[in-house]
Amino acid sequence: MEINRAEAARMFFSSYQTEGFFDEMFEAGGAVRPHAQLVLETINSLDGGQLLRHKHAAERLLLQLGITFNVYGDNQGAERIFPFDLIPRIVPAAEWDYLERGLKQRIHALNCFIDDIYHEQKIVKDGAIPADIITSAASYREQCHGLKPPFGVWCHITGTDLVRDRDGQYYVLEDNLRVPSGVSYVLENREVLKRIFPRVFEGLQVRPVNEYASRLLEMLESLAPYPQGQPRVVVLTPGIYNSAYFEHSFLAQQMGVQLVEGRDLVVSGGDVFMRTTKGLQRVDVIYRRVDDDFLDPEAFRPDSLLGVPGLMAAYRAGRVALANAPGNGIADDKVIYAYVPEMIRYYENEDPILPNVPTYLCWRDADRSHVLANLDKLVVKSANESGGYGMLVGPHSTAAQREEFAAKIAAQPRNFIAQPTLALSRVPTIVEDHFEGRHVDLRPYVLCGKEIFVLPGGLTRVAMRKGSLVVNSSQGGGSKDTWVLAHDPAPRAGQGQGQEQ
Amino acid sequence: MTQSQPLLSRVADAVYWMARYIERAENVARFLDVNHNLMLDLPKAYTGQWQPVVDTTGDGAVFRERYGHADQRNVLHFLAFDPGYANSIYSCIRAARENARSVRETISSEMWQQINNLYLLITEESRRETPSSLPAFCHAVRMACHLFAGILDVTMSHNEAWHFLRVGTLLERADKTSRILDVKYFILLPSVHDVGTPYDDVQWAAVLKSVSGFEMYRKRYGRIAPDRIVEFLLLDGDFPRAIRYCIGRADRSLRAITGTPAASFSCASEQRLGLLRSELDFARVEPILSAGLHEFCDALQTKMNTIDESVLNDFFAQQPGPAGAARP
Repeated sequence: MEINRAEAARMFFSSYQTEGFFDEMFEAGGAVRPHAQLVLETINSLDGGQLLRHKHAAERLLLQLGITFNVYGDNQGAERIFPFDLIPRIVPAAEWDYLERGLKQRIHALNCFIDDIYHEQKIVKDGAIPADIITSAASYREQCHGLKPPFGVWCHITGTDLVRDRDGQYYVLEDNLRVPSGVSYVLENREVLKRIFPRVFEGLQVRPVNEYASRLLEMLESLAPYPQGQPRVVVLTPGIYNSAYFEHSFLAQQMGVQLVEGRDLVVSGGDVFMRTTKGLQRVDVIYRRVDDDFLDPEAFRPDSLLGVPGLMAAYRAGRVALANAPGNGIADDKVIYAYVPEMIRYYENEDPILPNVPTYLCWRDADRSHVLANLDKLVVKSANESGGYGMLVGPHSTAAQREEFAAKIAAQPRNFIAQPTLALSRVPTIVEDHFEGRHVDLRPYVLCGKEIFVLPGGLTRVAMRKGSLVVNSSQGGGSKDTWVLAHDPAPRAGQGQGQEQ
Repeated sequence: MTQSQPLLSRVADAVYWMARYIERAENVARFLDVNHNLMLDLPKAYTGQWQPVVDTTGDGAVFRERYGHADQRNVLHFLAFDPGYANSIYSCIRAARENARSVRETISSEMWQQINNLYLLITEESRRETPSSLPAFCHAVRMACHLFAGILDVTMSHNEAWHFLRVGTLLERADKTSRILDVKYFILLPSVHDVGTPYDDVQWAAVLKSVSGFEMYRKRYGRIAPDRIVEFLLLDGDFPRAIRYCIGRADRSLRAITGTPAASFSCASEQRLGLLRSELDFARVEPILSAGLHEFCDALQTKMNTIDESVLNDFFAQQPGPAGAARP
């Protein structure tokens, strides 16, 4: 038996190398990190066949649960599961405390900023942020000027992308304030792992994530415009062909609220109603998963078929609440992102707890020259895109791609930023019958109403291709469960401290 | 019924059609299975009988146009796997799943999983190089549909959406039973020289088996007799695939939705369903047979189509958008 285990361990990890990257499971010298010890032992207690059987069982389960995303333009068997790796990413309790404090500070500042931008613009007047980058941002919404959402909150649901560099330092990569997705995978991944590794959960104190739906509902209800009675909350989806449709229906189901499409809603007499078998029923709060541009053809794009005519007028009159607040994408612009540390200093009079990735802004002449001279080393991103689109990863690019980006940057400098290529941290990931390190990021989810709640967990996205740094699901990324520990294991030197307390 | 959760018109439409498609898929699997079984019992001269199975669906013309002469292989492909035929098992399950997907937060997770399993079953089967045996395949589809019915009953609240599901299931089932009766009676009865032969009995037994009614019929009437079989499938109040049973229960569910007391009506669907219900409640089989079973079944199907249209107008039509429930 012991021999089998040793053999299994050799098979899984014998050739495992951290290759100079920060590894979430192993220290640089190859020793397992204390918080990953139990998981490693569990894996080593399995024989090779068992682990692969678990992997197939998990994939089968996800397929049966229908946790799939749509592949556009493919009609037969058009749905794929989001690749899922069994080996969790573990975040020690102390590390999580740090992240949680940093995220709360950041979300608070972002809310202050957006509220300020759509009112007095004090931060611009005081010279902390240049005026022209605000008005030139594609996500700036004039229609939102003077709006007063409840509690002054514009970002109710946020999914901040964090990455770690070679030294293990965390950085904020993107804020994702508009319609962040992925939280359903956090909840479902956990369900799958609990079924597969029940004993590890008994041994480790992993903080639960399943309170998310209740917290979300509570927050949404707190936004209701009419104080009397039970507020009616709905989730607004673009429909079943949207790639995140599974998540929309999952969240509606978990909260026990209606999932509506634009055509189910109608504005009448200033209020918003849904059409039911027994006539029209008023709606108080809309968790909308439809982009600003498509929300209301009367206020935004007139050709939108997904939206509800008159919705913005009802919102402006305070007859319905929208989460997230329209217009909040202004702070999602990648040029404005570069100023979040300034915002934190300006509104909170504190230094940022979580640093930004150093960012070059191409509209600044000095930055642009540096970027153009170093395209092969930098990551270039367009200011207003997400999902891994409109991006150049310098070290993995061809000369032709670099030329194309150089031309684009020269033509529209405001639209581009560049960042150093980070050596993202890695987690062991099953590749065929053994483990290899794969790069990951981390997207925690933050809810903000009267107070801020950070879900202890998050979506760990993993670049499944060897060496790849792009973790987006649209670009071949997968996911892992993220375990936040309630208590860190006692340091190995300090034995005698019971871990069972 | 409490008014706690109002039901979106779009959602009511989608659950109604989801239920109809599952029921339709199950019935097609029954037709295929029983016909195959029947072929095994009959002498070689009778084994050409695949065309009647297609006729039962009401889509005989579509089939002839695309496939020509009916044999086991092409009928199986047409009815089970043809993605271009709207009422094949494959198309039905696909449409049921599309509808389920659009109302996933209304139905239970277990129901969604089961529809999804059914979909995986049929897609895997349709891609196989060498198909499973026909009985094994039909059995798997039927059992998966039965499992869905059970899951539906024990995991979803018997609320308004559930009653719409029931109405959809029951109207579809009544329609299919009437088609079986119509086609089989028409085909089996003219073969006068077979009356009283073992083959005649075998064929009538097959009719009963196609609605899982053989054993229940035996308990009720004993001897195989065409008139009694018609009476059983048309007018029995207890057998769950008999038309009178289906219409009675559909009427009950519709009243649960509207809250209208029995023997009155508040909308066209209730009026038409109520009329059909009392017609069946007070009917005797002899006058129906002497006036012509085919005419009776024809009229029955027209009435059920009108009820379907009324349900659409009374409950789903508030939907303003261009697209309704997914149809293949």
